[in-house]
Amino acid sequence: MIEHFARALTQWPLFLNGFFNTVWLCASTAIVSLILAMLLAVPLMSRLLTIRAASRFVVDSIRSVPFLLLAYMAYYCLPAIGISLSSWAAALITLVIYNTAYFAEILRGAWSHLPPQQEEGGRAFGFTGIRLFVHIIGPQLFIAAGPVLGNQMIQVIKDSAFLMVITIPELTFRANQVQSILFVPFETFIIAGCLYWILCNSVEWMVHRLERVAEMRRVR
Amino acid sequence: MVDWGMIANLAGGALTTLWISGVGIAVGVPLGLMLAMTRVSRVPVLSQAVAVFVSVMRATPVITLALFVYFGMSAMGLTLSPIVAALITLSVNTSAFHAEIWRASIMDFPQNQSEAATAFGMSRFQAFRLIVLPQAWRASLPPMVNEMTFLIKSSPAIAVIGVVDLTRTASRIAAYTYDPLPPYISAAIIYAVVVFSLVRIQRLIERMIVHRYGVL
Repeated sequence: MIEHFARALTQWPLFLNGFFNTVWLCASTAIVSLILAMLLAVPLMSRLLTIRAASRFVVDSIRSVPFLLLAYMAYYCLPAIGISLSSWAAALITLVIYNTAYFAEILRGAWSHLPPQQEEGGRAFGFTGIRLFVHIIGPQLFIAAGPVLGNQMIQVIKDSAFLMVITIPELTFRANQVQSILFVPFETFIIAGCLYWILCNSVEWMVHRLERVAEMRRVR
Repeated sequence: MVDWGMIANLAGGALTTLWISGVGIAVGVPLGLMLAMTRVSRVPVLSQAVAVFVSVMRATPVITLALFVYFGMSAMGLTLSPIVAALITLSVNTSAFHAEIWRASIMDFPQNQSEAATAFGMSRFQAFRLIVLPQAWRASLPPMVNEMTFLIKSSPAIAVIGVVDLTRTASRIAAYTYDPLPPYISAAIIYAVVVFSLVRIQRLIERMIVHRYGVL
């Protein structure tokens, strides 16, 4: 068995490549989705019922579909209606759309628990529109939703494994490749599992650090 | 025009998704409780082993686990059919999440009630069975239903090892009709209906608990 591990590890460049593809896919998804989610959280909190209901419908529809199905749709359905995407573009678009919905819902949840006095106080100090959101509401949402956003980030990493079916060479795709070359699937997938574990725990650790920093700054 | 043949095929796939997820839940919930009990029991080695198992399982994508169970086990001399591998994958995966849910509700349990049970001469097991469990399951119920929706949404992972579930049925239909939109959109609607029903059931259960016991 140890000999099998050694054999699987001879393919370390493949593992490393898959690992980094997973990392950059998820990191760029996190950045883009968070920005889009902030924009989407505004209609979700709108005072107008029609706007609220429409954005609610979009967010709930996306959230209730499995990620793999959405990836299939981006990869196979878009060409059918005349939009041809590379597998990478389809993967990134699917990741961003899917997680924007989740992040927006998380931010909306945090927003609805924010005391209304915060917004009133901000307005009293002359903050309106975008400046009100950027200076008063936004930062508090991120602090309040921090751990939940972190959990969703871990979900992003795990969902990214589905992208192997649309031929994205991420970690699970590479692991599957290694096992089909060397015929040591047991050890190969254990190595992949360990790499995922390291990745998910790093995210958890980073969220924890950020929370500490936020707390220190708040006290001061 | 509605293609009834396609709908019938998709319904078959949906049933496969549902019964495999159902078995996963039926095995995963009690297995999770056992894991949580071992974890909080502080039995040396065993408790730590469960902690590591839960941590690794929660970080592993379902699809990676499915490939591990299907290909890895057969390399170790245990050849599994895709269905059996799928059942094992979903049960093991969801059990780790249910273990954390159970653990949270057991840890949140008021200490003084356990002490009172001890004062009445109950053994630790009796106190757990008669005092902790009947109250802890109520706190666990909403996150459990939530985990069930997550299981349904990650179940397409079993399509990759050859189980003809809802997602695989849709992609098969797309492959021989060369028209991917109708099967994929229908499949998405079926998933949405299942997930929405679960969310409805969760709200209903929450309301019932509040109605009957006053608090969640």
